Amino acid sequence: MNLTWLFEPFQHEFMKRALFGCALIGFTNGALSAFIVIRRLALMADAMAHSLLPGLAIALLLFGLMPGTLFVGALIAALLVAFGTQIISSSSRIKEDTALGLLFACSFSLGLVLISLSRVSVNVSDYLFGNVLGLGDADLWIIYLISLMVLPLLVALERPLLLTMFEPSVAASQGVPVNKLKYLLMGVLVLSMISSLQAVGVILALGMLIAPAATVYLLSDSFASMFWAGGILGCIGSCTGLLISFWLNLPSGPCIVLVLGLIFLLAYLFSPKYGIARKLVRPRHLHEASLARWDRRNES
Amino acid sequence: MSYHRLEIKNLTVSYKRVPAVHHLTVELRCGSCVGLLGPNGAGKTSLFKAMVGLVPVETGSVTFHGHDRRAAISEIAYLPQRTMVDWDFPITVRRMVEMGRYQALGWWKTFRKEDRQAVDRALETMELEFLGDRQISALSGGQQQRAFLARALAQEAHVFLLDEPFSGLDKPAQDLLAGAIRRLANAGNLLVVSHHDLQTVRDLFDQVIFLNGELVAFGDTDQVFTEENIRKTFQTHIFSGSAHEPDLAV
Repeated sequence: MNLTWLFEPFQHEFMKRALFGCALIGFTNGALSAFIVIRRLALMADAMAHSLLPGLAIALLLFGLMPGTLFVGALIAALLVAFGTQIISSSSRIKEDTALGLLFACSFSLGLVLISLSRVSVNVSDYLFGNVLGLGDADLWIIYLISLMVLPLLVALERPLLLTMFEPSVAASQGVPVNKLKYLLMGVLVLSMISSLQAVGVILALGMLIAPAATVYLLSDSFASMFWAGGILGCIGSCTGLLISFWLNLPSGPCIVLVLGLIFLLAYLFSPKYGIARKLVRPRHLHEASLARWDRRNES
Repeated sequence: MSYHRLEIKNLTVSYKRVPAVHHLTVELRCGSCVGLLGPNGAGKTSLFKAMVGLVPVETGSVTFHGHDRRAAISEIAYLPQRTMVDWDFPITVRRMVEMGRYQALGWWKTFRKEDRQAVDRALETMELEFLGDRQISALSGGQQQRAFLARALAQEAHVFLLDEPFSGLDKPAQDLLAGAIRRLANAGNLLVVSHHDLQTVRDLFDQVIFLNGELVAFGDTDQVFTEENIRKTFQTHIFSGSAHEPDLAV
């Protein structure tokens, strides 16, 4: 049997780069996804992803295609939307989700208009859906530096973040700077998204920021495993998706997200503790219910 | 035996510019269990939140053992209502109780032997030592409440502020929780418990605070827990003017 096809991806320079980039982005986003899932920031993250676009467009109009300026433009746009949301929701009767929805739709539209005005010819779909095979040196550096910033920060702040996510009011009563941590998490989210821009695009980055921790959430009752296993799962899933896209000649970003989605589906169906299959085959005397009944009996 | 004291002097708290607690002055002593009674909107939760610095204080002060409460953050533990907690949070009972040690350890330090012992002790005192590995939603309501008390114990708090801990519990679970609260008080802690079931007040509390925006009465249960004070507290709401009819059968 001829297995050269299996190892072919590793012989191309662009694939080595792509795999390295995917491994890093997958791990960072996978670890961060624990916070997104627990804090229920999925929709917020979606909105932020869309709002990166006008920043990219303005940077493109002003400076042309330079990774550095595109990065700064995206960062500024996302932060403006995030703070704009806070300002509108705290100064009027408009609630946060409404303000966010409104701002990101406008921001995304503005981005599309600006890109159409740009004289530089640019493939918008690269930014929406990514092009991991075209990762340049500057992109790899951005990915590397952002991972180097985000991961140690999240590890260092695990305790206060955990307290804040579990019970914000109790955390605040113990002197944890709850609001600052909230903004910090937003900032980290934007940074991670930007690092995923070139690889999977703003829209598909969301899959990497949700699927890994959502999968582990169905398998474990420990936040630490959501963080680390989420990272590992994100890393392995992204690389697998990339290789599959190479072997089958399919678009890479969607393949990565589909692999992560498939792993989630398996956990959803077959998780030993919270899976659907277990609920279906389990006898009618539910274990937990029976335990709780005995506990109550012992209490009385 | 000398006791710690928690002094609330001339405390006024507003919530969104509407006064919730008005010029409240009470002096509470550790080693006792104090009931905080009043209708909905009487300012019970606002008072708790002000005592731990979650809402700004307009006038007055809260001092513990002669020091401003800010110097005694770890001494005062606030336990919010059970409905405020995300029970699906991926955490076991033991890990949650360990959170009580975070303040002593700071953000980085690893768990030492004494930290693990403090957690073991807290779990034992609350009779949860065999449930440490359970995810928190797999506990009964009473066990959940005791798990939160265990966390406050691991924190080595002296003052426990409990917001409606008995609501939603059946009789056996209530009795077990009452026993746990009594043991904590006997061990020299101060427990302030907001409560709405007037039938059980005499069994549970050494002292009661009747609150309805402002202080209606405060003192030993057998002296101030009277028909008249109950009526005064529950029948008119000072700020909204709306009548509130509780079950007055005592």
